[in-house]
Amino acid sequence: MLFHDTAIVFGRYARQTLRSRFQVLFGLLMPLLHLFFFGPLLQGLPLGSSADSWQVLVPGLLLQLSLFGASFAGFAIIIEKSTGVVERMRVTPVSRLALLLGRVLRDALLFTFQAVLLVLAALLMGLRAPLAGILIGFAFTGVLALALASLSYALAMRVATPQEFGPVINAVTMPAMLLSGLMLPITLGPAWLDVVSHFTPFRYLVDAVRDAYTGSYATAHMLYGVLVAVGFALLAVTVGTRVFQRAGA
Amino acid sequence: MPVISTSGLARTFTTKAGPVHAVRSVDLSVMPGEIVGLLGPNGAGKTTTLRMLTTLLAPTGGTATVAGHDLLTDPAAVRAVCGYVAQSGGADPYLTVREELVTQGRLYRLGRAEAAARAGELAAALGLEDLLDRKAASLSGGQRRRLDIAMGLTHRPAVLFLDEPTTGLDPGSRADLWDLVRSLRDGAGTTVVLTTHYLDEADALADRLILIDGGTVVAEGTPAQLRTRYAGSPDASLQDAFLAATGRPANPADAAPVAV
Repeated sequence: MLFHDTAIVFGRYARQTLRSRFQVLFGLLMPLLHLFFFGPLLQGLPLGSSADSWQVLVPGLLLQLSLFGASFAGFAIIIEKSTGVVERMRVTPVSRLALLLGRVLRDALLFTFQAVLLVLAALLMGLRAPLAGILIGFAFTGVLALALASLSYALAMRVATPQEFGPVINAVTMPAMLLSGLMLPITLGPAWLDVVSHFTPFRYLVDAVRDAYTGSYATAHMLYGVLVAVGFALLAVTVGTRVFQRAGA
Repeated sequence: MPVISTSGLARTFTTKAGPVHAVRSVDLSVMPGEIVGLLGPNGAGKTTTLRMLTTLLAPTGGTATVAGHDLLTDPAAVRAVCGYVAQSGGADPYLTVREELVTQGRLYRLGRAEAAARAGELAAALGLEDLLDRKAASLSGGQRRRLDIAMGLTHRPAVLFLDEPTTGLDPGSRADLWDLVRSLRDGAGTTVVLTTHYLDEADALADRLILIDGGTVVAEGTPAQLRTRYAGSPDASLQDAFLAATGRPANPADAAPVAV
């Protein structure tokens, strides 16, 4: 039943997304701007590794795509609460968990698709990386999108208005982006910043994807990256499930 | 045997300003095939009561059974037998009538073909056939409300809860909706519980009225019984009976504004 219901909920939101080219492409704007107007600045700068500057930047932009895209996924549910769509679905026998999973799977797929377009653009800009590394990057993008979308929907179910939701998400995503070194490796900075950075989960993900982009797969970074990504996703889906299973508050 | 019975049903919300007792203690008994009107001032607890009976909100006190299923221990079974149409409706304005009807069928676990067939039946029964490919946002108020009700009827529920179903509708659409509710009861034996602020609607449509105020039932009976009991005569106005039963003076001495 869970699988059946999840497929139905996924189908509904996937069709909705496909009908809106704006929704399919909008999340790409910020990472593309960074790619075109920030990426060239890094070429030739000493970034503290043997990797090419594109191999350092693109992994960060992939995670930025998930971080900023999926964190705002909850806005849709705030609108659906006000139009009554959420309650209309909740009075049916549909699995509560499916109402969450169907949505987050759509998000994971949507942001992975955007990641593919971003990497294609990066290839044109000069990125060179092994195919396996690029695929690993997509996997991290998808898992992070799934986790953040779950948390975003959970928060959105608990707040009443977009005015309460937006500022919270902004307050979390901006520091998370800066502290995890998505744009530049944190190792370039002072030791205290590096220490603080290790308290943000995304730091481990970006280190792992940067390794993958240089073709190093069996590294400590990769191990920690996988553990943190999977652990964070499990935690986020658990939180989301709790909120969705409890009747409306 | 009543199809809905509640005993001491209560819901307290915890807010920053302290607990809010939206529903203090509601005892209801509704027989199969009845059309029951829930009346009461704004904030009386009508919507909260409906949201509890439809499993959307967990009660903080009391017990209830709906169509033989315990609300607290078996909410899934209650969902399978009751339909709910919220005041706000439930259609996504940017999706088509067909998409919404079919999705609702699928959420009620109908197969793909069954859901499509059921969508067609519902559209025919509620006069939505020509609107199937229109977006919900482009429907008139009355059409929109019929779509909401069609979604609530997808699984042929034994009990249908309607929260202010005619608010905002023009007189013709209201009359159509009354006919629809009556035909549901007469045809399928559906029990209908609806809230309303329109006393003429309560009078014309409901077999029995339940007045809720301050989170409890303050009066119940047929419209004629309520008139006799609270306003002194079966020919009195329901408005006066309503005001008397909810403890508001029918003609307060200082009702007329001194200046306008």
